[in-house]
Amino acid sequence: MGEKIATRNAYGQALADAGAENRDIVVLDADVSTCTMSCMFGEKYPDRFFNVGIAEANMVGIAAGMATCGLKPFVNTFAMFMAGRTFDQIRNSVAYPGLDVKIVGTHAGLTVGEDGATHQCLEDLALMRSIPGMTVICPADGNETREAVKAIVKHNGPTYLRLGRMALETVTDIPGYSFELGKAVELRKGTDVTIMATGIMTARALKAAQELAKEGIETRVLNFHTIKPIDREAVIKAARETGAIVTAEEHNVLGGLGGAVSEVVTESLPVPVMKVGTKDTFGRSGNADLLLEIYGLTSDSIAENARLAIKAKPKGSHLGAY
Amino acid sequence: MDSLRVKELRSRAWNIRYTGLKMVKNARSGHIGGAFSLSEIMSVLYFDKMNIRTEEPEWEDRDRFVLSKGHATVALYPTLALRGFFPVEVLDTFRKADGNLSGHAEMRHVPGVDMSTGSLGQGLSAAVGMALAGKYAGRDYYTYAVVGDGEIQEGQIWEALMFSAAKGLDNLIVILDCNKVQLDGTVQEILGTGDLKAKFEAFGLHTLVIDGHSVEEIAEAIDTAKACSGKPHIIIANTIKGKGVSFMEGKNQWHGKTPNDEEFERAFEDLEKGRSEV
Repeated sequence: MGEKIATRNAYGQALADAGAENRDIVVLDADVSTCTMSCMFGEKYPDRFFNVGIAEANMVGIAAGMATCGLKPFVNTFAMFMAGRTFDQIRNSVAYPGLDVKIVGTHAGLTVGEDGATHQCLEDLALMRSIPGMTVICPADGNETREAVKAIVKHNGPTYLRLGRMALETVTDIPGYSFELGKAVELRKGTDVTIMATGIMTARALKAAQELAKEGIETRVLNFHTIKPIDREAVIKAARETGAIVTAEEHNVLGGLGGAVSEVVTESLPVPVMKVGTKDTFGRSGNADLLLEIYGLTSDSIAENARLAIKAKPKGSHLGAY
Repeated sequence: MDSLRVKELRSRAWNIRYTGLKMVKNARSGHIGGAFSLSEIMSVLYFDKMNIRTEEPEWEDRDRFVLSKGHATVALYPTLALRGFFPVEVLDTFRKADGNLSGHAEMRHVPGVDMSTGSLGQGLSAAVGMALAGKYAGRDYYTYAVVGDGEIQEGQIWEALMFSAAKGLDNLIVILDCNKVQLDGTVQEILGTGDLKAKFEAFGLHTLVIDGHSVEEIAEAIDTAKACSGKPHIIIANTIKGKGVSFMEGKNQWHGKTPNDEEFERAFEDLEKGRSEV
């Protein structure tokens, strides 16, 4: 394991780097730039950094207008106020006209910790995923965040990037790693069950797989940095080859990665899909790690769900049946 | 502006209304009231003031126009067609599933539309973004935005105004279509907006008040705005909702209602009378 860094910090540096190569990148923030780390871009390129004040809806609209003029705006605030407050602006002013605006929601999920439920966005993946034409990205660590920024700068179209507050260990610094939009990354091979994880849950999925190995369970771990478009091929392959799936995300179990995977599986190759995430509930104030335990977002919980998924495989399961 | 030009622009405004009404009759649907209050404004913008190229609708240095009150396509689409962005016959596809002229303004498929709008309060922010992009890129185009006086009940409008003043966007000219009527009733009945001139001035905008049906006053206000630097501009254009059709004027019922055959006939007669009196 390499560096330990929050995805928002890796993002700030990567965005500033991207700005050096691309003069069309403009950055907007709504008075939280020292938290989203868009300030790192602002320090280097003050002439194309705009702090709009505490006015998220206006920020998204301004970005849309700038995009019609050929610029590539990145808008930044906390995930709650990005995906939640400005859903209508994102849908109607950005996505409907298909404008090239990058929408960055930081401080997503329970790990905002002490700030509590008003700031713990557990719905953004579902909200953003439901908008036609939107690409939805949730990196697992700093390394993947840097690659994601490079990829979305190249991609022309509305994109949501979900980032977190907490420092994360690096899990994607593996030989042969490459970031391709819409392609899941296999971090561990296995044939008994597949854990499909995103964001902070990827590291926990790997830990769960190590635990399961002690019991002789060979677990495949797929990291879904792209929630939309979902990598259908990887989902179907895992369903066919392992016959049982666990999804893990720092998000409501409704509508996020678990929802996306279930949609593919139920249409193409039904196998048991267990979902680790918050169970349709709001968060609360508290220490981030403790909250993850309280809400069952742990490696133990993932491992337990993997055992249940394996048990739920039909007799003479799908293995080899297709 | 010479009298011949004034006559031409007035006449074009009536043509915009007449063409718009035909479009609504064909579609059996559309927002007439808030389009007819706008017709002189559209005439002056598209046939006199705006620097645009119909053969190159996305020309980088063009003046931009955002219809923030995106339901007033009954004024916008006829204006674009009459100006030459697309054939007038295309208006027959308005609000039809096999056409591209969506009920609310749509930029991807309609040449000349600079921003998709419809969800009230959003268009002005996009116009601010265009003005800001112009400053950043060092281009000297103007961005015009038409906002409704009911629409300003949306908080986002005030976010956009505050920002435009703070950044000194003097390349932004907002025109407030002050027709005093919204969907459910008069603006005063629903949520009175008070002394708008004082409010806009307090927000730091260069504020002008005109008769929005006088092509001379509209043209002069735009010239005055362009001559004043350092602040964004807002022109409060006092207008009449449903202007030109006697039974529609000032009536909230005609915000989005479709006339019956007899009403269409009377409306066309009124418009012809209006046109003949230019």
